[in-house]
Amino acid sequence: MTSLPETTQRKLGLVIDLDTCVGCHACVIACKGWNDAQYGAPLSDQEPYGANPTGTFLNRVHSYEITPPHGQAQLVHFPKSCLHCEDAPCVTVCPTGASYKRVEDGIVLVNEADCIGCGLCAWACPYGAREMDKAAGVMKKCTLCVDRIYNENLPPEDREPACVRTCPAGARHFGDLGDPDSDVSQLVAARGGFDLMPDLGTKPVNKYLPPRPKDQWQETDILAPFLDPIADTPQGFLGWLDRALERL
Amino acid sequence: MGHQDIPIDLSPKPSDRIAKTTCYMCACRCGINVHIKDGRVAYIEGNRDHPVNKGVLCAKGAAGIMQVTAPSRLRAPLRRVGPRGSGQFEEISWDEALDTAVSWMAPLRETAPEKLAFFTGRDQSQSLTGWWAQQFGTPNYAAHGGFCSVNMAAAGIYTMGGAFWEFGQPDWERTKLLLLFGVAEDHDSNPIKMGLGKLKARGARVIGINPIRTGYNAVADDWIGITPGTDGLLILSLIHCLLRAGKIDLDYLARYTNAPVLVDEDPSSPNHGLFLRDANGKPLVMDRATGQPIPFDRSGVRPDLAGSLSRAGITHRPVFQLLAARYLAPAYAPEAVADRCGIPAARIHALAAELARVAFDKAIEIDQPWTDFRGERHEKMTGRPVAMHAMRGISAHANGFQTARALHLLQILLGTVETPGGFRFKPPYPKPPEGHPKPHATATPGQPLKGPHLGYPLGPEHLAIDPDGTPQRIDKAFSWENPLSAHGLMHMVIANAHEGDPYKIDTLFLYMANMAWNSSMSTARVIEMLTDKDPETGEYVIPRIIYSDAYASEMVAYADLILPDTTYLERHDCISLLDRPISEADAAADAIRWPVIPPDRDVKGFQSVLIDLGARLGLPGFVNADGSPVFADYADYIMRHERRPGIGPLMGFRGAGDATGRGAPNPDQIARYIDNGGFFTHHIPEAAQYYKPWNSAYQDWAVDLGLYDSPQPYLFNLYLEPLRRFQLAADGHGERQPPDHLRDRIRTTMDPLPIWYPPLGEDADTARDFPLHALTQRPMAMYHSWGSQNAWLRQIHGHNPLYLPTNIWETYDFAEGDWARLTSPHGSITAPVAHMAALNPSTVWTWNAIGKRKGAWALDPAAPEATKGFLLNHLIHELLPPKGDGHRWANSDPITGQAAWFDLRVRIEKAAPPAEVQPNFPPLASPLRAPKHRP
Repeated sequence: MTSLPETTQRKLGLVIDLDTCVGCHACVIACKGWNDAQYGAPLSDQEPYGANPTGTFLNRVHSYEITPPHGQAQLVHFPKSCLHCEDAPCVTVCPTGASYKRVEDGIVLVNEADCIGCGLCAWACPYGAREMDKAAGVMKKCTLCVDRIYNENLPPEDREPACVRTCPAGARHFGDLGDPDSDVSQLVAARGGFDLMPDLGTKPVNKYLPPRPKDQWQETDILAPFLDPIADTPQGFLGWLDRALERL
Repeated sequence: MGHQDIPIDLSPKPSDRIAKTTCYMCACRCGINVHIKDGRVAYIEGNRDHPVNKGVLCAKGAAGIMQVTAPSRLRAPLRRVGPRGSGQFEEISWDEALDTAVSWMAPLRETAPEKLAFFTGRDQSQSLTGWWAQQFGTPNYAAHGGFCSVNMAAAGIYTMGGAFWEFGQPDWERTKLLLLFGVAEDHDSNPIKMGLGKLKARGARVIGINPIRTGYNAVADDWIGITPGTDGLLILSLIHCLLRAGKIDLDYLARYTNAPVLVDEDPSSPNHGLFLRDANGKPLVMDRATGQPIPFDRSGVRPDLAGSLSRAGITHRPVFQLLAARYLAPAYAPEAVADRCGIPAARIHALAAELARVAFDKAIEIDQPWTDFRGERHEKMTGRPVAMHAMRGISAHANGFQTARALHLLQILLGTVETPGGFRFKPPYPKPPEGHPKPHATATPGQPLKGPHLGYPLGPEHLAIDPDGTPQRIDKAFSWENPLSAHGLMHMVIANAHEGDPYKIDTLFLYMANMAWNSSMSTARVIEMLTDKDPETGEYVIPRIIYSDAYASEMVAYADLILPDTTYLERHDCISLLDRPISEADAAADAIRWPVIPPDRDVKGFQSVLIDLGARLGLPGFVNADGSPVFADYADYIMRHERRPGIGPLMGFRGAGDATGRGAPNPDQIARYIDNGGFFTHHIPEAAQYYKPWNSAYQDWAVDLGLYDSPQPYLFNLYLEPLRRFQLAADGHGERQPPDHLRDRIRTTMDPLPIWYPPLGEDADTARDFPLHALTQRPMAMYHSWGSQNAWLRQIHGHNPLYLPTNIWETYDFAEGDWARLTSPHGSITAPVAHMAALNPSTVWTWNAIGKRKGAWALDPAAPEATKGFLLNHLIHELLPPKGDGHRWANSDPITGQAAWFDLRVRIEKAAPPAEVQPNFPPLASPLRAPKHRP
């Protein structure tokens, strides 16, 4: 079994805004495109043009419909990738040490050279965030684009995960959640960011920002009371018009 | 084992080089960085410097890497050898292909140019393809706007000089309230997502008005699940509420719109409903200072909205009074429209109140002096920070033109157009209808057409009809059936050509339009028309079909000659100010594509092929005096073509490389664009950023750039006088008279003030027998049939269930895995269903263009797209069901001819699950397996 570090120097992770995510899947494909060609084995596709196309993705968007007891149904788009947990059960379950959590930034990675493809980590992950690559036979997971965020061959502004760089709505944020003064920590504090399934004790680093309340307006909203008529007759309207024009 | 520090390469080199070009995975035209490694595309990301997407990129754009390797890419020119629809072809050389095309087209040009019909689908090079067709001399040219969103474009141009998307955009930086009407998840997709992100970040409110709550509507703060086809009624009710409360911007209306223009209101006058004009034709307004009628643009005028003028016994009233009288009527009260719209009356009142609150109580001011076209200086720019955006959801109805007009009227009454926080035009817009060409459609053998095909008629005199009233165009655009069909009617071409109505054609030349599948109404019938033979001659009724596409789409199987196009990364293109540029509200911008990788097949960019064909046909402009070609290829054309002296396809780096807009051709221009990231931006000065139609500084800037040759200030058309001219014709006035059976419809629908009427097919019988509305939407991750073949994107949306609202789901006792039969007045389909609660209760819907025909697109015949994916197209006819009056009425907007896709009415029943979706079609043989021709 594999042990976790006592602490990490930083806690790099994502903050995902469920109020803003429109469910466009841009992050899914940008992730696939970058990681297909970078760290570790490519993200293979099986039957890409066939009857049952499947492939390895490190990030997927799920959509859930929520029907509140009162009010209209809502659709929430929920992007999901590895949450880089502080108490990551996928690491401790690994029989070979291939799964590990980096001391310097807290990123959970798979050292593919040591991965025997046993799948225990995927079984242990309560979030379903790991996928076995069928072609390579190794476990794949979000690397937080470890090969982008420090990459000296990229311009400094591009040293962020591919999913964050591409997100058209700006719903994805990247930073050090261990630093209470970081932009991402401030955002989490301001917006009531939450852990996914906190009762499991995995202590995810990634945070989600909740959707703001929707359909809140009451038909007699005090901010927008019904409009008062200016006149009840056509003549009255023309009289109002004449007076209003005179005031211009 | 522990948390060892395993050495990993933190700085891999992602590529050998980055090529910056323009995306074509949808119509957004974002800038992309294409990473090339070992000569292959390794990764695609957004270009941070680009004006459209500023670095971000959607799923489609990032999946472009799978588009350039798709197995469906055509490999060589093809000649059909089996029957049409068999998919049996042989590969031929380009010379053979072009010689064949010339042998078909050249005789037509000399005898009857109209017998060539050239329609170009999702073409982004219309300024070239249109010019080519004009030089050929056929009147039969258009792109796909007629079946897409011409109502939106035309209503915008006619009302205020531009519409949404490529014409203009919300003031994302300043707006405090955004209303989205009927916006599918495409069309300006990244800019809308970026804008929504900005609004969300600063807590602005977004209200989505849409029968379906997905995508943008899912993140909207408030959702109004309107009944399809009733948006116009809701909008006019909002106008009723605002007028009744006096919550309108009178100063704005008096200065910048035709609200004060005097209208003849004497029913016995031949000019009844027309404007009072001076000897120079200028509309007159009453001047509040002098009490005299004077031209609207006179310096110092204070246009009056009250009062009236009696002249020669005829009373004239300002437009505003007609407008107020119309919309103050109780028929537009929320209580009167609520049931029809499926929205509680109180909600409509609340929405109106919210519009008024933000527009007037939250008004913003910018300390930026500016001078208007009357010479008056203003110290500030005052904004009403309400913005709106709308797309096909409101326009693809038979009442879509008037509905889009109503939406613009609402924006204008609030004073939000071209003011801070509202809606802003993008150069070359604003441009009023008078600034556009008129349609040209008179064919002369051996001669070019006298002007562009498409334009904006201002009255019956501009219709494209023969003296006896016969439409001059095969699609009957600009005829009495749809007078303002500014984008043509691509969806009518095959049906009309098959029918020989108004005449037979010889060669149908199509580019990038999957007319044998998802781009046609009534797909099965279109397939029959394409394969139908004249029993006397044994020849196909549509004798020859030439098609150009990059992929083995369904349409390929139905053509006789295939000219294989490149993918978007293997070609030159220009995104031109002459066409549909990528400008932003604060800058003009254009862009190029260039071959960032060479094609690995025997294919050519269609535009270069068209230029070659033009030269082989000897078309004017394409050959020199000695008969040699003027242009080597499209790239050469882009740099050297001049539409007017000094004005060419690209505005940047003209002349010696330092001229913008106007300047001599520069042979180095494309190289300079490549160095500049594939685009060029020219900013609008601060004082010219708002009030563009009336702002002298903007007008001067636009003239400098070459958008027009003299300042063109104008008034917004609350009242659209050209529509009134058609009504007068229907009443018997004037030389050109509509056929009798159309008079009533013209009188009713071509109202100069926006109206709402139920979709044309929606009578009481239809409503009873077909109680549900059926819609399609395009998913954000796909752009019609190209996207749904993509190996990565099809893993996101591999099939498309029919989504049913809760009441239907429960009434019919549907369960997961069930199938339903959906029946319209025209046909039936059987498809898998799914439940969706966030849905208007009388609406069912599905994603469009996912269903594919077996054998097409190089997909496995057992692919879910072919076995479970389905089209609603089978349920939609291009004509309405017979009404028993001896006529067949088009399933189109009677003003513009826009295909009324979203007027579809259906009924539903549970069906035993078939093995595959119904109807199903025999598999197509793949043209990709065509053998080489052996001479």
